[in-house]
Amino acid sequence: MQLKGSEILVETLIEQGVDTVFGYPGGAVLDIYEALYKRSDRITHYITSHEQGASHAADGFARASGKVGVVIATSGPGATNLVTGIATAFLDSTPMVAITGNVGMSLLGKDSFQEVDITGVTMPITKHNYIVKNVNDLADTIREAFTLAASGRPGPVLIDIPKNIQNDVCEYTPQSPVELLPAPEYDMEDIDKAVELIKKAKRPFIFAGGGVVLSDTSDLLLKFAETIDAPIGTSMMGISAVPRNFKGFLGMVGMHGRFAATKSMYSADLIVAIGTRFSDRATGNKVKFCPNANIIHIDIDEAEINKNIPCNVGIVGALAPILTALTEKIGSLNHDEWTKEVQEYKDLEYSRIVQANEMNPKVILETVRKHAKDSTPVATDVGQHQMWVTQFYDFMQPRKLITSGGLGTMGFGLGAAIGACIANNKEMTVMVTGDGSFHMNFNELATCARYNLPIKVILLNNNVLGMVRQWQTVFYDKHYSQTTLDRKTNYKALAEAMGGAGFVANNPEELKDACEKAFNTDGFSLIDCRIDSDEFVLPMIPANGSISDIIMKKEEN
Amino acid sequence: MTESFVISALVTNHSGVLTRVSSLFARRGFNIDSLTVGVTEDPSYSRVTVCSTCDEATKEQIVKQFSKLHDVKKIQVMEKSNSVFREMMMVKIAVPKDSIANIMTSVDIFRGKIIDLGVDSITVQLTGEPSKISAFVDFLSQYEILELTRTGLTAIGRGKECLKNRD
Repeated sequence: MQLKGSEILVETLIEQGVDTVFGYPGGAVLDIYEALYKRSDRITHYITSHEQGASHAADGFARASGKVGVVIATSGPGATNLVTGIATAFLDSTPMVAITGNVGMSLLGKDSFQEVDITGVTMPITKHNYIVKNVNDLADTIREAFTLAASGRPGPVLIDIPKNIQNDVCEYTPQSPVELLPAPEYDMEDIDKAVELIKKAKRPFIFAGGGVVLSDTSDLLLKFAETIDAPIGTSMMGISAVPRNFKGFLGMVGMHGRFAATKSMYSADLIVAIGTRFSDRATGNKVKFCPNANIIHIDIDEAEINKNIPCNVGIVGALAPILTALTEKIGSLNHDEWTKEVQEYKDLEYSRIVQANEMNPKVILETVRKHAKDSTPVATDVGQHQMWVTQFYDFMQPRKLITSGGLGTMGFGLGAAIGACIANNKEMTVMVTGDGSFHMNFNELATCARYNLPIKVILLNNNVLGMVRQWQTVFYDKHYSQTTLDRKTNYKALAEAMGGAGFVANNPEELKDACEKAFNTDGFSLIDCRIDSDEFVLPMIPANGSISDIIMKKEEN
Repeated sequence: MTESFVISALVTNHSGVLTRVSSLFARRGFNIDSLTVGVTEDPSYSRVTVCSTCDEATKEQIVKQFSKLHDVKKIQVMEKSNSVFREMMMVKIAVPKDSIANIMTSVDIFRGKIIDLGVDSITVQLTGEPSKISAFVDFLSQYEILELTRTGLTAIGRGKECLKNRD
């Protein structure tokens, strides 16, 4: 059938199985919004307060569902407002397709109104991007974008569509959803080498990353860990891959990781790294990183092998067949002595968690956890509250922690929570934030209200930019440069003004009461949890440090 | 230890592909000694030749990251023992009246070609491996070089060695 470009776009989205998009209309996407209007029976469009919120929502949707997230924005500022969201998705390997309108081709390159070379801008933060200059290429370009976004190591793809292409007409024939490109085939020789190292190891340690979550291979990971009898530590992206009560799970490693996890990693004689890129936050100083350990690195992206940390054996391919092959070949191993040693680190850690204040992050997150289900997604912003979530919130299912790991995007949480909530049939969703991050994008409360989304915002309000303040306390002689916020925001009133319910909690009793109410109200609610400005995230390892530099407690003076 | 090496890549012949390649090198801090590009016998593909100098680990990263670009269809490190490398230079020299014979002899020795003659200048085209071209530039330092342009290196495998599309 003969269709306009804008209609072809919408029909191709439908053919690819898209039923949800996030976005914001504007001059250069008027035709696309006209086509969406006509097909609102098949695609639900969610409008946010700001394009950035829409990009984080598409990202959160993709992380929670495993599907490709879709976001639409107009040219110029609409497109540039997506940039932080696209970069966030790129760093955390989220499958996403961003669609932008642009000025008509006769106006391209003339500095026209709301014209930006968005393919140029997003080149370094997308897997690939396109500007479509012929309507005959449009449908196949969109199909290819979906293939690329979801294949191999996922990531964002952007398609820029000039206004005249949206209006041009050509023949359109529906096709079935694209198939993913085949993953690289792992090399049996590498498997054999890995098996040999694993069998030889006395103190094996598994370091799991976001790749396990992305590839839905948590079960295989757990089976592998049981088979080789090794403890598991994760990167931040990998936390939800392992249920918190799993025997041998030590939590997150690295800069603000759990002591037992990082200590065990450094004490291991073999590290099996699975679906992780050895980020500097996880490894610290690369030269001092686990000098006594052999390293097996498994990843679908060949370029990650030997990029940050050189390995003894690199296995490239999809995790599922690799973990299955390894588990089958190894049989069952036992490391009782090593397990005992790891347990000692664990005991040491728990005895050291000291909470000075009654109203502290641990108490707050444990209280919130009681009101949430195992299946409740938890989105966070970036900073101390994010680290406390990784430490004190017990995740039991994969894809439930929605957080900006690689880019560390303050302001990510609320948009992401919206996306995750919608991906989960608008079931209750928790969003944990700090007063710094929340102020960046709280405009999306309007979106929560507009769609009556049951998002429960837990605001850890310490009146300061806590993470930066913590580093200023330790390394900059308490020079609190621009980190004391002293804002006069009334968050309870703000929540109410935006169409939700607001609560204040100054102590655990008030918190209990507020949670009872907040988690039993329809729509969104916010709890302003007042905590001390000098709560620390501990332990901490200074940037570029190693386990010997770990700081376990606050110097009191 | 650093070494210099040459990568040939077959890329789709779209606008912006060269930007993708050079931007990848720039943002990852990979060094480029020279970069050349031109269309192949099949107009849907161009061939890019990149020369770089770095250590072994960075070389591994360059090859892997370069391969990851969606527009790159095939990539190969051109082994020195099994490839032919060429570069072209055009150089314009101011010619004092009494030295034209000397210059013409040197052009012959380097197997160059005189491609333009002015009243008091001469333009030479020279093709060869970069070291030969540099040697000629060194020789010319006794004269006044008015301007000089080099194409950058291009490479092709010997005999049956061919870089063909992986699709």
